Amino acid sequence: MTNDKVITAKNLTKKFGDFTAVDHISFDVHKGEIFGFLGANGAGKTTAMRMLCGLSLPTSGEATVAGYDVYKENEKIKKSIGYMSQKFSLYEDLTVRENMEFYGGIYHMTDKFIKEKTAAILKRLHLEKEKNLLVKSLPLGWKQKLAFSVAIFHEPGIVFLDEPTGGVDPVTRREFWNMIYQAADTGTTIFVTTHYMDEAEYCSRVSIMVDGKVEALDTPAQLKRTYEAASMDDVFLKLARKAVRAAD
Amino acid sequence: MKQFLSFVKKEFYHIWRDKRTMFILLGMPIVQIIIFGFALTNEVKNANIAILDNSKDVATASLSAQFNASRYFDIEKNLFSYDQIDDEFRRGKIKLAIVFPQHFNEDLLHFNKAQVQIIADAADPNTANQLTNYATSIINDYKDRITNEKKLPYTINTETRMLYNPQLKGAFNFVPGVMAMVLLLVCTMMTAITIVKEKEMGTMEIMLVSPMRPQLVVLAKAVPYLLLSIINITSILLLSVFVLEVPINGNLFLLVFESILFTLVSLSLGLLISSGAESQQTAMFISLVGMFLPTIMLSGFMFPVENMPLPLRIVSNIVPAKWYYSIVKSVMIKGVGLEVVWKETLILAGMMIFFLTMAIKRFKIRLA
Repeated sequence: MTNDKVITAKNLTKKFGDFTAVDHISFDVHKGEIFGFLGANGAGKTTAMRMLCGLSLPTSGEATVAGYDVYKENEKIKKSIGYMSQKFSLYEDLTVRENMEFYGGIYHMTDKFIKEKTAAILKRLHLEKEKNLLVKSLPLGWKQKLAFSVAIFHEPGIVFLDEPTGGVDPVTRREFWNMIYQAADTGTTIFVTTHYMDEAEYCSRVSIMVDGKVEALDTPAQLKRTYEAASMDDVFLKLARKAVRAAD
Repeated sequence: MKQFLSFVKKEFYHIWRDKRTMFILLGMPIVQIIIFGFALTNEVKNANIAILDNSKDVATASLSAQFNASRYFDIEKNLFSYDQIDDEFRRGKIKLAIVFPQHFNEDLLHFNKAQVQIIADAADPNTANQLTNYATSIINDYKDRITNEKKLPYTINTETRMLYNPQLKGAFNFVPGVMAMVLLLVCTMMTAITIVKEKEMGTMEIMLVSPMRPQLVVLAKAVPYLLLSIINITSILLLSVFVLEVPINGNLFLLVFESILFTLVSLSLGLLISSGAESQQTAMFISLVGMFLPTIMLSGFMFPVENMPLPLRIVSNIVPAKWYYSIVKSVMIKGVGLEVVWKETLILAGMMIFFLTMAIKRFKIRLA
């Protein structure tokens, strides 16, 4: 079992001055898992995720991503992960195709690979006709699916999604989760933060953060049994009520 | 390398897609050169003057005709009494008044001596100075002519030669200034804004998570603006040579080399600003107030640095445009070579290395 741990965190902590954003969190994520990282706004989800991506240096504790240490092997981690931020992070004034070529380029992909992969993604997203349109002219749902495709363009082993479904309608969210499942089926590990509780149900395992600490970590079914709740929504409410930190 | 090229290509798309900004960047130097060249000139032409001729003889008539013929003056009015002068000045009708006393020609012929009064509107001291100089020289010309006719011995003439710019053209002064201003604006402000924009859009996060080295991100951002600047340098030089008739007396390659060096200094400054600024407004504000104003005021382009109080003269030394302005003037107008401007060149090179190192060091690899 030890070999298939692609992310490990042990007492990972991040302080900003006196404020402890992430307080000694520990967890493991297994290969091919969809790991849901839940918490209210301000609970520390994004900070925790940024430490794992190498965007932020932990104050103390240990963590490895894809077997590499977050303190020392930053550069190797960067090559093994994909990342999609809350803002979808595509270039609005570039076309769909140019965005893909750009991201392929900065991940050192060959021209041949970029060409084939671009064609495959455009086909899967049914965007062949729109490939030369500027991204800013696309609807939000399409941008989001495109951003996910771009995040896994270089076929990383792990992909981090930071609240990827913000502001998107339920139908598109459903389609988006289908894409996540497809990626997980091919062995990609998904680490996703969200505060939509229906999405938590789709995850293999879920951790719930309250005030910088991981309060619960289990499969959705087990969590509902433990907290005697009908849905993940209830589980979350029971835990989040304990929060003292005001949501921002 | 492919990584770097992909990034540069993307930057060109950004510039190309934002047509309005692109036209401003490429059109600005042309418009500035034309405005400075034809509209904002500090040469005084066709100033309105009034003449109060109390003598009305051959000499005053001849002198008045010469004033009118001069391209500096237009006779607006012939006055009849001294009281009118004040009124004309107050109403802003004239810049200069010339008063011939009674018996002007007689005095000149009999005593070899006559007086003319020149009254100037010194509300604008520079113009007043210039106009009285022009007027004096017209009168001196006349005096020389009649002196020669009479073949009097022992006349001493002072001969003034204006070196490098015999016609005292303003263009010789502002072409180097506009070059410094445009390059600074395009390079410093635009690079600062474009990097901060990526921070605002959240795309910088993606860059930092990617295996692309942050130093490469910074450098790739600068490349397109370097090329834009080379286009601008070319258009400014072409316009000044062919439209404003400012010659390039020195080595063209040296001039272009120095301009590129100054461009690199400006780019490094832009990168440095972007490493500290968090919003596009901040970046723009710092570039304008922190860079643009000192360039206009302390580079010597508008106001001579030599006349400033010591503290300002010291501060002016850290303004890169001051050194560049001095280099361009020396190379372009005086036609000297690197053996004269090596010191300024070294200072600019040092500034570039300093700013660039600071920018790369301060560029945050991590968000927090």
